[in-house]
Amino acid sequence: MAAADTTAAAKWRWGLLDVVVVVFALVPVLWIASLSFKTTATLTDGNFIPREWTLENYRTIFSTSQFVRALGNSIGIALIATVVAVVLGTMAAYAVARLDFPGKKALVGVSLLIAMFPQVSLVSPLFEIERSLGLFDTWPGLILPYITFALPLAIYTLSAFFKQIPWDLEKAAKMDGATSGQAFRRVIAPLAAPGVFTTAILVFIFCWNDFLFAISLTSTERSRTVPVALSFFTGESQFEDPTGAICAAAVVITIPIILFVLFFQRRIVSGLTSGAVKG
Amino acid sequence: MADIVLDKVSKSFPDGTVAVRDVDLEIADGEFVILVGPSGCGKSTTLNMIAGLEDISSGELRIAGERVNDKAPRDRDIAMVFQSYALYPNMTVRENMAFPLRLAKLDKATIEQKVTEAAKVLELTALLDRKPANLSGGQRQRVAMGRAIVRSPKAFLMDEPLSNLDAKLRVQMRTVVSRLQKQLGTTTVYVTHDQTEAMTLGDRVVIMRGGAVQQVGPPQELYDHPANLFVAGFIGSPSMNFLHAAVEEETLRTAIGDVPLGDRIRRELAAEDAPRELILGIRPEHFEDAGLVDEQTRGRGMEFEAPVEIVESMGSDKYVYLTVEGERASAAELEELAADVGTDDLGGAGANLVTRLSAESTVTEGENRRIWFNLEKIHLFDPANGRNLTLHEGRAAGALAS
Ligand SMILES: Nc1ncnc2c1ncn2[C@@H]1O[C@H](COP(=O)(O)OP(=O)(O)O)[C@@H](O)[C@H]1O
Ligand SMILES: [Mg+2]
Repeated sequence: MAAADTTAAAKWRWGLLDVVVVVFALVPVLWIASLSFKTTATLTDGNFIPREWTLENYRTIFSTSQFVRALGNSIGIALIATVVAVVLGTMAAYAVARLDFPGKKALVGVSLLIAMFPQVSLVSPLFEIERSLGLFDTWPGLILPYITFALPLAIYTLSAFFKQIPWDLEKAAKMDGATSGQAFRRVIAPLAAPGVFTTAILVFIFCWNDFLFAISLTSTERSRTVPVALSFFTGESQFEDPTGAICAAAVVITIPIILFVLFFQRRIVSGLTSGAVKG
Repeated sequence: MADIVLDKVSKSFPDGTVAVRDVDLEIADGEFVILVGPSGCGKSTTLNMIAGLEDISSGELRIAGERVNDKAPRDRDIAMVFQSYALYPNMTVRENMAFPLRLAKLDKATIEQKVTEAAKVLELTALLDRKPANLSGGQRQRVAMGRAIVRSPKAFLMDEPLSNLDAKLRVQMRTVVSRLQKQLGTTTVYVTHDQTEAMTLGDRVVIMRGGAVQQVGPPQELYDHPANLFVAGFIGSPSMNFLHAAVEEETLRTAIGDVPLGDRIRRELAAEDAPRELILGIRPEHFEDAGLVDEQTRGRGMEFEAPVEIVESMGSDKYVYLTVEGERASAAELEELAADVGTDDLGGAGANLVTRLSAESTVTEGENRRIWFNLEKIHLFDPANGRNLTLHEGRAAGALAS
């Protein structure tokens, strides 16, 4: 009985802790969502639930080319950077996890170095480099640094996943008559999928949220992403308070992330490799 | 089906480790050969070279008369069962077994028929739609076997396939493997570090140590006529007793008395560079309670008296542990064997003898008992190189042979 009591008590404690954490994390988000539905007049009334609901803010942001263009840039740049980083990262991580090649330690070390390097100190040199190369204020001008900084992250998470996949499976596939390509496609890739999706989510969020590079390496709507566009929001006229519009935009840009996570979450089934080995 | 020939096959890894040294082995078509030896002796490496999973550093490997050194595993038509089973976790049992057939591009009906057949042989029919995660260890093991047999390969390679099972299941699966191999008649190379498995399963056993083959032969032959100290100590359970023996004029001085020597051994020991000290080896069953030995037999052996430490009655016979004073036998091989079993030393200054006496013996713990042992069955080893000196033309003839 005593044991059952303690587990029940422990459950309550943990449940309470969970609630605290969730509330702590969600309140600001909900607050912004709430602000985005308020009219300009009631914006500062301090009510959590808006007394007057309006979609005016959303109408405003979607009517400005400023926001719509930025949204398109954000989606395009983040998706391309994610795809490239994940594809390159998968290959690199597979090599790191499975092969012993000269310079492996150096590769891992350098990518760790890149991950730890303070990005802010690179902004000025990057600015100069991109201007002289004609990359400044273009999509590639953002995609390239994003890939650079996302790759270490991708290699690390993916190689951890690859290391979990028993090497014997690959040998077994070869014995069963598979070529290296077939072994990778039909046995390793399906098992690595959760790792690939997890990495894709992390990299996408990193690119999507970036402000530092986006503000320093862009100057026009041509390649400005949403986080930057938000900071340029001033409202329709000089006298209009842009808070509601900014909140609406903030809500809009969280939606792709939520969709992205929800879409891939079902594929992140942990323990996919269970049952492969041993008894 | 095919024969497999290893011709001076060696393997050295890039880091300098020589895992396999000049292995010569001819495996006949349909033969069941066991590679056995302590952990790290190069069994898996040898098997992987036959499979094609490891490159061969030097020497030649022929399967069905054809050199296959440079062929990929998939072109060798060999199936392998891994110690870890290596089942594809994302596929059902049916898909796992069908995988090699699908890669071979067989048509659906044939695949279905072969999988069903193999499942029936291994009693997996009810489990065909389960994923490996939902199977017990024994079931997984059988799926791994099933995946190997479905495509009727030229040969089976098995790397410690039963070592992840519990003891009871292992014994049960041992008979399954044995029956399956006889039924299919496929050439099989089976790796194990368990000498019991080696003794019970194979047509022939290959004993390896440090990457080199020590002796090849049918299990009984290895047991009766071990070529060296290592083979003698590795095969048999409980293992052979080893005692230090000093060479005197006409006898060997040992802790259990002076052992007389026959002409042949004496001739050998008369040589200039002959060892002055030997290791005497006696298997447990070659001891007997002196009171139970009839007159005729008594003359073939000699007796000694020793304190009885422990008596284990097995019903059919009794294991009796004796302590004897005197120097302990020491050789590199013995240390290696002890390290492999994990019993470095059982303490005490003297040596422990394990004997197997008749069940009728009235021996009790704590008493001093007269014990007889058979001089025709003892082995003498040179501690420097481990060679069995009693071996003559491959046969062991005891100490008295003339
Ligand atoms: N990839 C490798 N690189 C270097 N040494 C290895 C490698 N694989 C195995 N070895 C060494 O080769 C020896 C034989 O290994 P292995 O064939 O696995 O032994 P067993 O299967 O008999 O236990 C061991 O000493 C092991 O450390
Ligand atoms: Mg091994």
